[in-house]
Amino acid sequence: MNVWQFMLHHHAEVAELTLQHLWLVAVSTALAVLIGIPLGILIARRPVLNKPILGSANIIQTIPSLALFGFLLPAPWIGERADRLAILALTLYALLPLIRNTYTGIKGVDPAVVEAGRGMGMTDSQLLWQVQLPLALSVIVAGVRVAAVISVGLATIAAAIGAGGLGEYIFRGLAMVNNQVILAGAIPAAGLAILADVSLGWLERRLSPR
Amino acid sequence: MTDPADNVAVEFRNVSYHLNGTRELLHNVSITVRRGETLVLLGRSGSGKTTTLKLINHLLEPSEGEILVNGQSTREWDVIRLRRMIGYVIQEVGLFPHFNVARNIGLVPQIEDWPVSRIQQRVEELMQLVGLDRQLASRYPRELSGGQRQRVGVARALAADPPILLMDEPFGALDPITRAELQREFLALQKRLQKTVVFVTHDLREALLLGTRIALIESGRLVALHTPEEFLYSKEAMVAAYVDAFGFESDLRKRGQP
Ligand SMILES: Nc1ncnc2c1ncn2[C@@H]1O[C@H](COP(=O)(O)OP(=O)(O)OP(=O)(O)O)[C@@H](O)[C@H]1O
Ligand SMILES: [Mg+2]
Repeated sequence: MNVWQFMLHHHAEVAELTLQHLWLVAVSTALAVLIGIPLGILIARRPVLNKPILGSANIIQTIPSLALFGFLLPAPWIGERADRLAILALTLYALLPLIRNTYTGIKGVDPAVVEAGRGMGMTDSQLLWQVQLPLALSVIVAGVRVAAVISVGLATIAAAIGAGGLGEYIFRGLAMVNNQVILAGAIPAAGLAILADVSLGWLERRLSPR
Repeated sequence: MTDPADNVAVEFRNVSYHLNGTRELLHNVSITVRRGETLVLLGRSGSGKTTTLKLINHLLEPSEGEILVNGQSTREWDVIRLRRMIGYVIQEVGLFPHFNVARNIGLVPQIEDWPVSRIQQRVEELMQLVGLDRQLASRYPRELSGGQRQRVGVARALAADPPILLMDEPFGALDPITRAELQREFLALQKRLQKTVVFVTHDLREALLLGTRIALIESGRLVALHTPEEFLYSKEAMVAAYVDAFGFESDLRKRGQP
């Protein structure tokens, strides 16, 4: 039985695991957007916070994913359910590209344009919402894209703590020494990664100024 | 010279500006801009003209001395209110690349929370005033010619009908014909609107044509302040040098008319 026959035969399970996987990635990326963009804005406006915040996000990135899952296990409420745990870990990993891209996006806006806004009498928040964020948007979306693609890959490891997703097949296949089963997890995961990359890449180009 | 206080829109009192406390970009400048006049700041590249303008709308803060706008120091003004009563035409235009022409022109009314219909009406009015085809309203700055962009910059500065206008080489980088056309339109406009204008240029001809008075700036110093006629025939070395540099001495001076 080749991998395609396997997937066809287990199509209901493949679909369920793919949806689980998508759920983990979507929720964690959304949370990272909600947290990372404000943090990126914050450090663009308060340079003193730049080092501590970017530094922390950087350090989180260096923690091996399995270890991070382990560290978070004792956390109250979060540790109770594997999917919560996985989402938290994935969110933490996704923060760095979002904070960093929001920051560089805002800093990359032509200073002359920002000064023009000031000269017109715009307040700081009018500048942020009407000038800086719109002009930084494509760079921020590029951060979302990086975060989402990384998340699709990392989420396979979430199966190790029982959070489900396409990692189930990969771990099961490893245990069974069965390449077909591994591929039944790896192929849809790769598909999701390409989908995220292409769709967000398209959005990024749509939003880029000029 | 002294002006009655209510006749003065902007006053520089012994203003110096140092960059990061070191390089001096402006040195001890004192000058008054009278209500309704067009004061031209003339000077070569890097002399400090843009710096002088940015001190008026407090994009820069003077290192020494003070600038009074309507009798109040720019340090004491609510900076947002100050800037909204001063129209600013930025060198190299400075339009927002992500706003179309209509949004660019309507920016100050929009941040002043005018109702949408009134903004629309005002934008149409202004486009007509500066000679922009109304079909351009939905275009983006990158889709305009240099001359059209400069007209948009002027329209944007006029949008909320500010009593004071700062114009930083608004007609620079244009072909001589378009430039002359815009200068004529400016004169006609100024006759009607009677704004207080501080107009920056390095072009002597433009200064003579548009200025009520001309202030010559050299290396951050105000070296002369004259009416166009006085300026043209001044014997002061630096003024004469500037006039000579434009090749005016041969033709215009001899003929005795600007
Ligand atoms: N942010 C800055 N950093 C370093 N130097 C600056 C800065 N702003 C202005 N300068 C310098 O200050 C001097 C005056 O600048 P300013 O922009 O006022 O000149 P300008 O008269 O407007 O010249 P131009 O006609 O070329 O626009 C120049 O020598 C310029 O290089
Ligand atoms: Mg300049």
